[in-house]
Formats: sequence, C-alpha cells, structure tokens
Amino acid sequence: MLELRDVTAGYGRTRVVEDVSLVVPEGGAVAVMGHNGAGKTTLLRVAVGLLPVMRGQVLLDGEDVTRLRPSKRVARGLGYVPQGQLSFPQMTTLENLQLVTTDRRAIDGVLDTFPALRDLLGRRAGLLSGGQRQQLAIARTLLTRPRLLILDEPTEGIQPNVVAEIEAVITALTARGDLSVLLVEQHVGFALRSTDAYAVLESGRVTSTGAGGPGALDAVRTAMAV
Amino acid sequence: MDAFTTPLLAGTATGALLLIAALGLALTFGQMGVINMAHGEFLMAGAYTTYLTQQVVTSTDLSILVALPVAFLVAGALGLLLEVAIIQWMYRRPLDTLLVTVGVSLLLQQLAKDVFGAQGDPVHTPGWLDGNIDVLGYHWPFRQMFTIVLAGAALAGLGALLRYTAYGRRIRATVQNRDLAETMGVSTRAVDRVTFFVGSGLAGIGGVAVSLISGTNPNLGTTYIISAFLVVVAGGLGQLRGTVIAAFAVGVVTAFFTDWFSSSMAQVLTFALVVVFLQLRPQGLFTVRARGLA
Repeated sequence: MLELRDVTAGYGRTRVVEDVSLVVPEGGAVAVMGHNGAGKTTLLRVAVGLLPVMRGQVLLDGEDVTRLRPSKRVARGLGYVPQGQLSFPQMTTLENLQLVTTDRRAIDGVLDTFPALRDLLGRRAGLLSGGQRQQLAIARTLLTRPRLLILDEPTEGIQPNVVAEIEAVITALTARGDLSVLLVEQHVGFALRSTDAYAVLESGRVTSTGAGGPGALDAVRTAMAV
Repeated sequence: MDAFTTPLLAGTATGALLLIAALGLALTFGQMGVINMAHGEFLMAGAYTTYLTQQVVTSTDLSILVALPVAFLVAGALGLLLEVAIIQWMYRRPLDTLLVTVGVSLLLQQLAKDVFGAQGDPVHTPGWLDGNIDVLGYHWPFRQMFTIVLAGAALAGLGALLRYTAYGRRIRATVQNRDLAETMGVSTRAVDRVTFFVGSGLAGIGGVAVSLISGTNPNLGTTYIISAFLVVVAGGLGQLRGTVIAAFAVGVVTAFFTDWFSSSMAQVLTFALVVVFLQLRPQGLFTVRARGLA
C-alpha cells in the first residue's frame, strides 16, 4: 500500500531522517515509535507530501507519488491525522466536516463513531477542547474515505477518558482489515496493541523492526532504551 | 442639521466606496496575507472598463449594468494573471510581494497613460442615477446611494460565497491552515487562484462606482489604496464585519473633517486617528477567538 524507499528528508540543510525504508502492507497496521526528535513526524510529513524528500521515493499502491501534492495523494486514498489536534478554528464543527463532503449520510456515519461531536456541530472548532478537536480531526479524515490512515500521536495531550475512546476507535479501525494504518505513538502499549508490525526510529534512522502485538513490548522498550 | 447630515450621508457613500475597495483586500491581504499594492490599479481597470463599455454600449442607462460584470471579470483576470505570474512564488514573503506589486502598480499606471492618456476620460452617469433625494436638507445624489447599494451587494455576495458555498469553506480552510487543508484533499493552489480572482474582481466593481463619481484617471488607484489597507488593518485581519465598520467609520470621519477643515487636512487627521487607534488596539476592531492553540 505505502512504501517509503531509502527516504532522506529534513529542513534546510539539516537531515532529520536518513535512508529510511518502511512498508505498510495492504490492510496492515504499522507503528512507528521513538523518542522526541527521532524524526517520526518528519517521516509522516514526507509520506503525506507536506515535506519534499532530499533523496528516496514514496510509493502508493506501487505508484511513485514522491512529487505529488498532498491533495492528490488524498485523492488516491491517503488519509492523514496530524499531530496537535489540528482543526480549522474559525469554522464550526459541521463546517470542518463539510469541507470534505456534504453527504449527510457520510457525516452521520462518522458522528456515530464520535457521538460526542453531535452536540457540538454548531460550535466553532477553536472553542472545542483538545479531546473534542482530536475526535473531529479523526472524523474529518475518515470522511476522505482513506484506504491508508496515517495518525501522528493521536492521544498526545488529551485527557485520559477521551484517550480511551480514541484508542478504541483506532483499534477498531485497524481491526477492520480493509484499512491500512501507519501510526506514530508515544504510548508504546497502545501502539503495539493496535498494530501488527513496528519500527523504532532513533536519530532519524530505523534501529529496530518486528511484529507487533503485546509480546513485542520488551523488545521495543529495549530498542528505545538504547 | 445640514452641517451634520451632509458629511454623514456623503461620508457614508465614501465609506461604501472604501468598503468595495477594501473587500477585495480583505480577501487577498486579510485572508491570504498578500500585500498587493497593485490592488488600486484593479480599481482603475474597473473604471476604464466602464469607460470602454460606454463606447460599445451606447445606451448610458444600460452601459453601467453591463460594465459591472465586465469590470469584475477584467479586474479579476488581471489579479489572476498577477497571482499566476508573480504572487504564487511569494506566499509567506510579504516584503517581496510589497516591493514587486509596487512595481506592477507603476507599470499599470504607465500602461493606462500610454493607452488612454494622462488626463483621464469622463464616464457618463445613466439617467436613472441622475438626480437626488432630499434627506434632512441634504440633496443626496442617487450616484452616492447607488455606491452604497453596490457595496451592500458586494458584501452580501462575498459573505454568501464564504459562508454558504463549498468553495467558501475551501477558501476559509486554506486561509486558516494551508497544510491541513491540503491534507483534507483541498487543492490550495486552485483556491489561491480563485480567491485572488474574486478579490481583484471586487476592486473592478469598485472601479465602476469610482468612475461614476470622478471619471477615469491613470492614478485613480493611488487615491484609494492606502485608505483601503488602513480599513482592512483597522477592521482586524480576516474579519469582514470589522472591514465594514472601519470603512464606514473612515468614510464618515473623513467627511466631517473635510467639512470642518480642508480635504487634505481631513486625510491627515483620519490617518492620524487610525494610527492612534492601532497603537491602542493593534489587532484591529475584531480578533479571532480560539481556545488553546487550535
């Protein structure tokens, strides 16, 4: 589904990720873990098209999309939930959703997944709490009908009761089988529970890979402790 | 009573004119952050389009109505050309856009002088705008009232576009977070172009109104550009309601100052007032309320 091939990328002359290769198979779920500054978000921005590569290739369904704009990648089935519960703050919750589609049934579908948003449709997104904004961000991305969902730290900075709700949704999405998932997450236990493969990134390079699941917890902790 | 109603009503019409000029800037500057000093020349293009339309459509009563959409398209096309040729390479570089568009502004002025001459040309007022109505002792010209109606229509049209259409949502989303909009499947390049087209087109409509009051002139744009920028900044960037209030406030205050002092002194005093206001409230009349860092 998604393949990053020998990707080197960064900002200005600084290389943040170097020679990283990663494959997210059709229907598979891969977690990328690592400490702050390891290059996880940079890698996702490359995959989405928000950051150009210095070297390497990005392939989506075998097609080279390295030079394709993010909106074109979205049209090819890539969905992205960025870090930081980003929304369009001056638009209402409903307008945030209608940006993607005005299909009432599709909107109702994502509101069934995140029922808390139903009562907030008329409220400006900038006035929502962090947890509500994250739910909105995921709901909005789901409306793009992604075949590959890329999530950047979806539970970061969110109150615990909402984290559980978001975790449950992501776990359900990864279990669907028709959706590929690339998940960056600090919370190792949750990341491994929700995915079937992992990669540990340190200082911009992949230092460890393996099968996911709770059994991988020790291996990941050891890899991240180095 | 005359001393009050005359500057109030005449100032309201000036404010309406400023509003039409500022509405386009509210889009291209207030929303997109592009300092386009050639915006005044799009106003001029609208005025000359009115003049040219009157050469083709000889019925004066009809020509103004024809000139309105044509001026919108001509000024919009000029704006689109500017965006595609220059501005698209300079987003997030406001100083560069400022310098380059000053150059474009001078170029367009010279072009107008070469084509139409330095003196300017008269635009005939249609019969249905020739006259006035007595309001508390002030003979309020229909032309001024027409400017207010035109500003209202432009404001309503722009407001409806931004609020109720899919394209409006895309414009607002792109303005608020370009990268996020792209990752929601919005082609922000297409949005930029349409936004610039609409913003510049609005200046063209303003040009039609200006031509009815003062005819055409190659330097016509310079009369309005600074005031229009002041209106957008004083109203609060990205806030249409602020632009509306600021436009009428500047128009009416300038009219009162003109009544009490002289025209040039009125300009100086109004600018000084706006500068003092911005010192006290740098964010302008209205600001965006948001919780956290959204």
